[in-house]
Amino acid sequence: MVKQWKQCQTLFFGGSKITADADCSHEIKRRLLLGRKVSVALKQGRVTPTELCQRCLSLIKKTKFLNAYITVSEEVALKQAEESEKRYKKGHSLGDLDGIPVAVKDNFSTSGIETTCASNMLKGDHIKRVLLRYLASLLRLRSGSTDGIFGPVKNPWSYSKQYREKRKQNFHSENEDSNWLITGGSSGGSAAAVSAFTCFAALGSDTGGSTRNPAAHCGVVGLKPSYGLVSRHGLIPLVNSMDVPGILTRCVDDAATVLGILAGHDPKDSTTIQDPVKPFTLPSLTDVSKLCIGIPKEYLTPELSSEVQSLWSKAANLFESEGAKVIEVSLPHTSYSIVCYHVLCTSEVASNMARFDGLEYGHRCDSDVSTEAMYAATRREGFNDVVRGRILSGNFFLLKENYENYFVKAQKVRRLIANDFVNVFNSGVDVLLTPTTLSEAVPYAEFIKEDNRTRSAQDDIFTQAVNMAGLPAVSVPMALSSQGLPVGLQFIGRAFCDQQLLTVAKWFEKQVQFPVIQLQELMDDCSSVFENEKLASVSVK
Amino acid sequence: MWARAAYLGLRAAARGRWGFTSKADPRGSGRVKGELIQHLERLSLVDFGSQEAVARLEKAIAFADRLRAVNTDAVEPMESVLEDRYLYLRSDSVVEGSCAEELLQNSHRVVEEYFVAPPGNISWSKVDEKQPFSRC
Repeated sequence: MVKQWKQCQTLFFGGSKITADADCSHEIKRRLLLGRKVSVALKQGRVTPTELCQRCLSLIKKTKFLNAYITVSEEVALKQAEESEKRYKKGHSLGDLDGIPVAVKDNFSTSGIETTCASNMLKGDHIKRVLLRYLASLLRLRSGSTDGIFGPVKNPWSYSKQYREKRKQNFHSENEDSNWLITGGSSGGSAAAVSAFTCFAALGSDTGGSTRNPAAHCGVVGLKPSYGLVSRHGLIPLVNSMDVPGILTRCVDDAATVLGILAGHDPKDSTTIQDPVKPFTLPSLTDVSKLCIGIPKEYLTPELSSEVQSLWSKAANLFESEGAKVIEVSLPHTSYSIVCYHVLCTSEVASNMARFDGLEYGHRCDSDVSTEAMYAATRREGFNDVVRGRILSGNFFLLKENYENYFVKAQKVRRLIANDFVNVFNSGVDVLLTPTTLSEAVPYAEFIKEDNRTRSAQDDIFTQAVNMAGLPAVSVPMALSSQGLPVGLQFIGRAFCDQQLLTVAKWFEKQVQFPVIQLQELMDDCSSVFENEKLASVSVK
Repeated sequence: MWARAAYLGLRAAARGRWGFTSKADPRGSGRVKGELIQHLERLSLVDFGSQEAVARLEKAIAFADRLRAVNTDAVEPMESVLEDRYLYLRSDSVVEGSCAEELLQNSHRVVEEYFVAPPGNISWSKVDEKQPFSRC
């Protein structure tokens, strides 16, 4: 037992691995050097970065059926682990996360768009090399839950003991794998990778909820930082005024650690705020009596599943019973939010996708007749229906005769929505509590019955208003549904009060004690680790 | 050649109560047709590819029309949530570049230091392509 315990410790303790190789910007390197503390285990030599890396690589192989990874740059990863090891031996680690395997969504530096991140448009090794920025290219993740050329990502919970046990009770006799569940998206690969323990943290992107949605479905923490806090340099843009890099981890403390490293001004992204930002540790709240939690009444929609609704209620009661002030608030323009988002999103996408013409990079068709014909054929081949649909919609809204009535109108409605939040926070509310998704993860077979726009309207319903207002939000897993699947709740904070938001989220996380996923592949690896969830995290107390 | 007749046959869809779970109506509202389709395709340099795609656009427009119900008198459009701040402008000094070779490697067709494109003075027309609703 002691031996197994030690093995688990070595597997999960460790430093970070957001390494600063030659391609990283100067800013990130500088930030990495501001580490708060050196990981105890690495420092003490109880585990080496190489061991850590190898364990993750092995788990990635074992969980290949999830289809979470597009590229696993094994050699690069091991090389970086080696370098990290050398740094530790000399006592010169880069910081808290030095040596920790981190996975990156494939729209950081390589591929194109949110929902079709694995797009034909940008497939090709030569692209990856040159567009590389920032974080280590060590593990490139699949984004997108159902679209893309590499196929959909499967939710690890489809294979969990918790889910399987519930299903047996219903006497289902179909093939085990045929009814697998979606991860949600578009950072589905990132969420699945973290959920299946194949890495310690993953980067996603969040334009309308793309980080928080899969986080809720996969039972992990999904953080959307305030707009302007984290640099978008290297993130292929979808909607410039709403995109942010998202952070997915297994616990709130880890998200805070990663945020602390990524946040701050970047000269290469002029939309990052210039206020100084320092890495921080989250305090462990014991007294929530001074907190005011707001429950937006418009978020209680008929489409919300009764299970999620009851968990939302339970959470509100939890805060209240511990002394916090819980009040109902109003965000009056909520019902228009998704429409507004739809118009602004498609319009900006239409503009941002214009760069993909095959001339300087990316896929190029064989046509030689004329430039425009080449562009058209290239884009027809490179984009799938979803993307094409968005581009066409967007261009419709941007037509001269439509511009005022659709695009500008949506911009005005955006202000109203952002003001709704400002008013609520000004009335004394610290943090808002809402569901993240309408229900738990659904089976893929069911999901594909509706077209993408309808699904987006459903999936993003609780999350996109936050992007329009630029606020920070985090999805925290709360409990398992009656089907044994994760349900997450969303906390929304004031702009640039990410630390306060995460502090509340951390308190909540501690109260609910969300169970660890029981996957056969992981249990073969190391069984006793599941007795203590804390071991699965980066942060060392 | 585009089958304009097909579009003229489209009837306006029954406008039921909008819910998130409404199913796709392949008939559409008939708003998007003929010239507009060609215009949008030319602007976007992507094609609809099918009647379903046109219908999807019509549904998207109908969805967007709901914004009309919001009173936005005297409301300024919001372009960015950071509108109260100044963007950072760096000093005008050259700190990087000279990576022409690397960039050229990304392209499929280069000649010496040039990206090569087909002739640019020919405007694109679907007629020439003889592929209505082509899909890949």
